[in-house]
Amino acid sequence: MLKIKNLNVFYGGIHALQGISLDVPKGKIVTLIGANGAGKSTTLRTLSGLVKARDGQIKLDGEEILGLPSNEIVARGVAMVPEGRKIFPNLTVRENLAIGAFQRNNKAEISKDEELVFTLFPRIKERVSQKGGTLSGGEQQMLAVGRALMSHPKLLTLDEPSLGLAPLLVKGVFDIIKHIHEEGRTVFLVEQNAFAALKLADYAYVMEVGKITLQGTGQELLQNDQVRKAYLGG
Amino acid sequence: MPFSLFVQNVLNGAGLGLLYALVAIGYTIVYGILRLINFAHGDIFMMAMFFVYYGAFLTPIPWGICAVLAIGLTILLGVTIERVGYRPLRGAPRVSGLCAAIGMSFFLENFAIVVFGGRPKPFLYPDVLDKVVIIAGIHIRAITFITPVVCVVALLGLNYLIHRTKMGLAMRAASRDFDTARVMGVDINKTVSFTFGIGSGLAAIGAILWAARYPQIHPFIGVFPGWKAFTAAVIGGIGSINGAIAGGFLIGFFTIMLVAFFPSLSGYKDVFVFVILIVTLLLKPTGLFGELE
Repeated sequence: MLKIKNLNVFYGGIHALQGISLDVPKGKIVTLIGANGAGKSTTLRTLSGLVKARDGQIKLDGEEILGLPSNEIVARGVAMVPEGRKIFPNLTVRENLAIGAFQRNNKAEISKDEELVFTLFPRIKERVSQKGGTLSGGEQQMLAVGRALMSHPKLLTLDEPSLGLAPLLVKGVFDIIKHIHEEGRTVFLVEQNAFAALKLADYAYVMEVGKITLQGTGQELLQNDQVRKAYLGG
Repeated sequence: MPFSLFVQNVLNGAGLGLLYALVAIGYTIVYGILRLINFAHGDIFMMAMFFVYYGAFLTPIPWGICAVLAIGLTILLGVTIERVGYRPLRGAPRVSGLCAAIGMSFFLENFAIVVFGGRPKPFLYPDVLDKVVIIAGIHIRAITFITPVVCVVALLGLNYLIHRTKMGLAMRAASRDFDTARVMGVDINKTVSFTFGIGSGLAAIGAILWAARYPQIHPFIGVFPGWKAFTAAVIGGIGSINGAIAGGFLIGFFTIMLVAFFPSLSGYKDVFVFVILIVTLLLKPTGLFGELE
């Protein structure tokens, strides 16, 4: 579904992404792991049009999306759960969900997806008229995932969804991702929490300072010595 | 002070306060979304007056329709100013935008001098606005009565646009977090154009009512109201719409009251506005409704 080829991104003089290539096949969970500053978030931000690439290709179902404005990319079916959740604190929970569906106009289908989000996250439903800023960290993460689902995406991308959450909530987040995937969605997950991400993933890429250095199925990488040493604590 | 005079002053103050509020909103929503002080806003206000003036003067179109067309033209002008003057500087250091805004202000003023002429012109408006109506024994000029009514209707319209429409939602989201709004599918350029359109439209409504109150117009007519409305926006907390309304109302209303109750101090009425500014910022540096970023 998603094919990234030889992507080069520069921040000023820094070569942040050095010709990375990766594949996210339809219906799979693919994860990108790596240390802080490796370029994981840059990869996602380039995919969603927030960062300009120098060259390379990003193809969604065979169509080039690199260089399109962010709103076009959302319209073609890529949704993002941004790092740090980025709930709009001044909007109500319902408005936060509504803005997730910004590119859509069919009211009936939108409210169908809203119901879906509510079944997935009953807690969110209880809080629909509250301001986003009043939610707890865990609730905000649920809302951020729900908001992304509101665009009815082909591809759901998540940037460090476990960041800053208590361990119990982290498990909850990964369970939700698994559940969403089991319902047939394609997921591209960027994580520092390598263990949890690899356990979940069909296929995984390891990134180090702007390059992809390793790849394999989640299971393979969990067994890999290099990965164990660098990311899994031995 | 006799009661009827008091009522006249209250209406007068409310009208002026709401006029400042309409203009202040333009500063505050543009700042909210772009973090830019649009110094040309007062000059957009001035242009709206000239649009009505020339529409009514040169064409046989009825005044009311001229006023509506002028509001439309002013919206177009505001959107064009952003498109031509500010959008190319998006992402540039903030001081570049500031310079562009000051430049745009000078450009509009000098454009008006060259094209419209520097000599003050009498602003024509329908006689009906001058009619004195008597309500419960109190004599009120129609314009004094109409101004607050039109302003309140405009504010209700604004409230609808901001809270009940998709573009309003986009505006509120983008004013908090540009990048996340984009990732949600919001077209930022459209949203910014929409914001300039709303600000300019409200300024045009304010300008037409202003010119009917003080019916002499010239290329610098927007400068002082612009500065005071900007001050109002800062008093209310720049970026906050409710703040701009409160700030505008506060300075307009109390200026009129000061002159009404202490006529000997009327020479200080502009000083008074800035005293309110200084006191507010001393007590609450973010303004009445402002929040820390």
